[in-house]
Order: sequence, then C-alpha cells, then structure tokens
Amino acid sequence: MAEITLEGITKRFPDGSLAVKDVDLDIADGEFVILVGPSGCGKSTTLNMIAGLEDITEGTLRIGDQVVNQLAPKERDVAMVFQSYALYPHMSVRENMGFPLRLAKVDKATVNSKVEEAARILDLTEHLDRKPANLSGGQRQRVAMGRAIVRDPKAFLMDEPLSNLDAKLRVQMRTQISRLQRRLGTTTVYVTHDQTEAMTLGDRVVVMRQGLVQQIGTPAQLYDLPRNLFVAGFIGSPAMNFLNATLDGGMLRSPLGDLPLDDRTRQALERQNAPREVIVGLRPEAFEDAALSTRPSRGGPVFTATVDVLESLGSDAYVYFTAEGGSATTAELEELAADSGLRDTGAEVQQIVARLDAATRAREGAPVELLVDMAKAHVFDPATGANLTHPESGA
Amino acid sequence: MAAVGRTHATRWGVINVVVVLYALFPVWWIAALSFKAPSTLTDGNYIPRQWTWENYRGIFKTSEFTRALINSIGIALISTVIAVVLGTMAAYAVARLRFPGKRVLIGMSLLIAMFPPISLVSPLFNIERILGIFDTWVGLIIPYMTFSLPLAIYTLSAFFREIPWDLEKAAKVDGATPAQAFRLVIAPLAAPGVFTTAILVFIFCWNDFLFAISLTSTRAARTVPAAIAFFTGSSQFQQPTGSIAAAAVVITIPIIIFVLLFQRRIVAGLTSGAVKG
Repeated sequence: MAEITLEGITKRFPDGSLAVKDVDLDIADGEFVILVGPSGCGKSTTLNMIAGLEDITEGTLRIGDQVVNQLAPKERDVAMVFQSYALYPHMSVRENMGFPLRLAKVDKATVNSKVEEAARILDLTEHLDRKPANLSGGQRQRVAMGRAIVRDPKAFLMDEPLSNLDAKLRVQMRTQISRLQRRLGTTTVYVTHDQTEAMTLGDRVVVMRQGLVQQIGTPAQLYDLPRNLFVAGFIGSPAMNFLNATLDGGMLRSPLGDLPLDDRTRQALERQNAPREVIVGLRPEAFEDAALSTRPSRGGPVFTATVDVLESLGSDAYVYFTAEGGSATTAELEELAADSGLRDTGAEVQQIVARLDAATRAREGAPVELLVDMAKAHVFDPATGANLTHPESGA
Repeated sequence: MAAVGRTHATRWGVINVVVVLYALFPVWWIAALSFKAPSTLTDGNYIPRQWTWENYRGIFKTSEFTRALINSIGIALISTVIAVVLGTMAAYAVARLRFPGKRVLIGMSLLIAMFPPISLVSPLFNIERILGIFDTWVGLIIPYMTFSLPLAIYTLSAFFREIPWDLEKAAKVDGATPAQAFRLVIAPLAAPGVFTTAILVFIFCWNDFLFAISLTSTRAARTVPAAIAFFTGSSQFQQPTGSIAAAAVVITIPIIIFVLLFQRRIVAGLTSGAVKG
C-alpha cells in the first residue's frame, strides 16, 4: 500500500499528438480515485503510465516515496484489471490467479492458500479448475479481480473493469468492488467513462478532457461546485440544463424569464467582471412545482412551461419542456452531447428537464408553473467555460 | 425437414467420396506396384495377384536408400527447427512492433518466396562449390531455410496478430519480464500456429527435388527424392519400377506420422475466453 504522486505528468506520442498534459495529482494511501471523462480524454493513457505500460514523456511519478518513471511494470508492484479482463486462456482460474505469485517465486503452499482465500472472497471457489472460456462475463471479471488481489500490491489500477458487463451485473459488481476496496484498504486508481460509476465509487474524482484535468474533487464537490461548463455538464444524470442569458444589473434575462440573482451570486459575478452574455446552468432539481412549494413567497422566480414529456418514476417525476431562445451551445457542450448521444440515442439535447415531486399535477401538453431555486444556479462565462459563481474561481 | 437434411447429407457424402477417391487413387496405385513381384509389374492389375515384400527388402539391402533416408530426415528436421525458431521471432516482431522499414522487410521476404527456385540453382551451385558446402547437409539446409522462412513468417504473424495484446500487458504488470511473458503466455497460445508452420516447412523440405538433385553429388547429402532418381534395376535391361514404388511409399510414411502427431495440437480457438469476445 502506498500513496501515488503525479507531478506534471505529460504524454506525447511519437507522432506528436499530446495525450495527457501536465497532470498533477496526489493520491493518498488507501484512497479510491476515479479518472473519468469522454473517450480520448487521456484517462487510460494516464493509468497506463502509472502501470508502466506507457513511457512518461515529462513529469515525475512516485509510488510510495520512490520515483518510478524508469521502472518496468514488474518493479512497480501494482496490479491492473483490464477492460478485456486479459485472462490467460490456456490456464485454469487457479493458475490465472496464482500467476503473479508464481512469477514472484512464492512457494506453492502459500500460492495455494492465497488463491483459495481470494477465490472465497470473490465467490469463485467452485470454478477454480475451469478455464476462462467456460466462465460467464461476470465470473471472468471476478477472476481478473482475483488475479489483482492475490498479491497484495501497492495499488490497484482498473481500466474500465465493468464496461463489458450488462447493466444489472455492472451495478452489482460496482458495490462489490467498493466493498472489496474498503476491506483491503489498497490505493486504487479506477478509469471509467461512466459518470455514475465515478460518483458512486470514488473518494475523489478527476474529470479529464482532451488530456487536461478539469477538476479534482469529491463527488459532492463536483456535483455542487463544478469549476466549468464541461464538469457541470458531464457530472449528473439527467445532465444540467444550460441556457443563454444576459446579465442586466441584478437580473438574469433568460428564456425562462427574468431570474433575479441572489446576493452571493451577484457578488461573485461582480468580483469576476462577468461578461454581459452568460450561460446559466440549472440542475433538474433546481426546479420545483410552484403548486406544491412549501417555501415562503420569496422562494424565487416562477415561470410557466408547457410539458412535452412527463416521466413518472414513482419517487420523482421528470418533466421535459423547451424554452424559447433555446439551450446554450459551446464547444464543451457539443462534445458532451456527442459523447452522451452515443449512450442515450435520440435524446433531445435542446430540451430542459426538471425533477419534480412525484405528487405534481403536471400533465403532458398542459402548462405547469415552475419555481426556480436561484441558490442552486450556476453562471458560466461562454468564452472560457469557467463557472463564475464557483467560490474559488478567479481567486 | 428430416428428409431434406438426409438428401443434403447424402449429396455431400457422395461428393466427399469422389474427391477422396480421386486424391487417393495414385497413392493406391503406387502402393500396389510396390507389393508386386517383378514379373507381374506390368500385368495391369490394380490389386497385386501375388503379394511380396521383395521390393522393400531390395531397397533396404544396400545402404544407398537408408543413407538417403537419414539425410532426408536430418536435413528436413534441422531446416524446420531453424526456420520455425527464426520465423517465430521475426513474426512476433512483425505483428507487435512498429519499426521503420517493416513494410520493406515484409515485401522483401515475399519477394524471396516468389523467386522461381530454378533460376537460383545455377548460381547456388557455383557459390556452394566455391564455399565448399556443395554436397553437404549445410548446403541444402541454407536454401531450404531461405525459401521456407517467408512462409513461416507469414503464417506465424497471422497467428500472433490473433493474440490480444492485453494479455502481454497483463503479464508484464503481473511481474513477468518480456522473456517470461513471451514464454509463459504468448508462446503457448501461438503453439497451434507454430505446429502448423512446422508441418508446412517440413513438408516443403522433405519433398524438394530440385535443390536436392542440383546441390548434391554423392550419398553424403543426397536426400530420398534425389536418391530415387539414381535407382538402377538389377540389370541394365530392367526398370527399377518396383524399387521406386517401394521407396515412394516409404518416404510418405514420415510425413503421415508427422501430420498425425501434430494435428492434435492444431486446435482452433485456443485463445477463446481470454477477452470478452
């Protein structure tokens, strides 16, 4: 077990393309850190550099208190779980899991007891003598995990370990991985493109885009205080709504109507010299059915929208509607739309979604009065994407 | 439904039988010839009236044939081993590494394979005489290797490309040196390819006649196909047909054994289950 420190880690491929740029990251001993971002953001390359499968172009990588830039993977004492599982097809489950120990010249009895122990934890005991070809996807995934845990490495590196499983199994394995990591207390770096996995698993999450770290923080920090448009749009499901708006004194003139700014936001915007044209970001839960609101009258601006689609989930209801003057678009948001468009095919990007209490009377095709909680609003600079209402931005 | 399936099966059965008969008929003919007594050789029967081992006894009586057999086995085995070992290493590099001149290298090896051997025989004859390896084992092993290496590299690199690269990365992270990763993970998975290649190379070396007849002059290195051409009858008026037939049957046997031995190792789909497919 050890802490992992990345200092100015940069990866430039021989063809000149920059995959990872100047990543600084301190991973504490026993911490579970997630690298998340759309495909091609450099998260897997970063992981491969930690594992020693890719050379580091610039920067310093420490595992424990040792600089490991020049060490081969076998000298770094880390274990890796691959997206493809990469099980050795000619070896039984037992041989697969014992392989790292046999290479380390551990004696046979110890190998056996460690493999049996890992198999017990992962519920693989009855499959120990089978070949990977005869296992289901979930079992193969567990064998890959087992191969990582038997040797008690300094760190686990996981490269999208769940993305080949079907949705239900993925949720199950997610909790299992979380429990396992807590139990073993081993430093873990986990790569995923799925923000739900990132939010549910990680102690801390690193959001990356185009080789650059966008924000590092706990899941709650990323959700409540995103530093920029990209993080705001990437984290959270359904995603944050973005609207073009104009700053006019203490008012935000938006397609939803005039939204008065609260004191905190106004001060922040003044400090930042906010431009006149801005993007306002509202999470689905920033809306409330005005008819059900228990808040005092000063609760916030109210507007009327015509419901396009109503999705009732029992616990909540999602209301989709369109606003005149439409949603905002920037390069970041286009990228997010393209990335998520692959996942949720046919989703209307232009739509605004509000999460309402299940008791709402909203009906499809009928108007509904919605209340906006301006304390939960974020204001972004369209040119830089920076969150102007973030307490630390510009400081 | 069942009836349709049956007529379908019958049709294929008939086609298979015809093809197999067509392929095996010459084999049967030569085998029948080898068991005929000299007097009945030309009686036109496909089944010998009188079975005899005389032809076989004849070819093993002198050391001419046995010596050629030893030459054949030795030269073919050594050429196969060298070609497969070199071919494995080259194919692994071709499949895995990006290096300048890779395409040129592959192109060159293809070029060698396409060269008509007959055009190289005369220069080789002169070169080998000057170098003093004419009529030696080495003198045959070198051209055999040269012509079988491209084939070996081609076949093997196709097999290597099928092995997921993640396995190698996993082995490295699991603590294997590159040599261990190759020996413990890649090589066992490439085994079917190695055996396939070995069989093809062995057959090529074993069957060669052109180099064997041109680059040898005595029994020191003369292989069976060449030696058969030097068979003589017991008198100058007798054709050595029976001996040739017997020798032809004998040299088929090692090939059959070789293929049967390794055929079981050529199991397709050995890599299934490595990664989610």
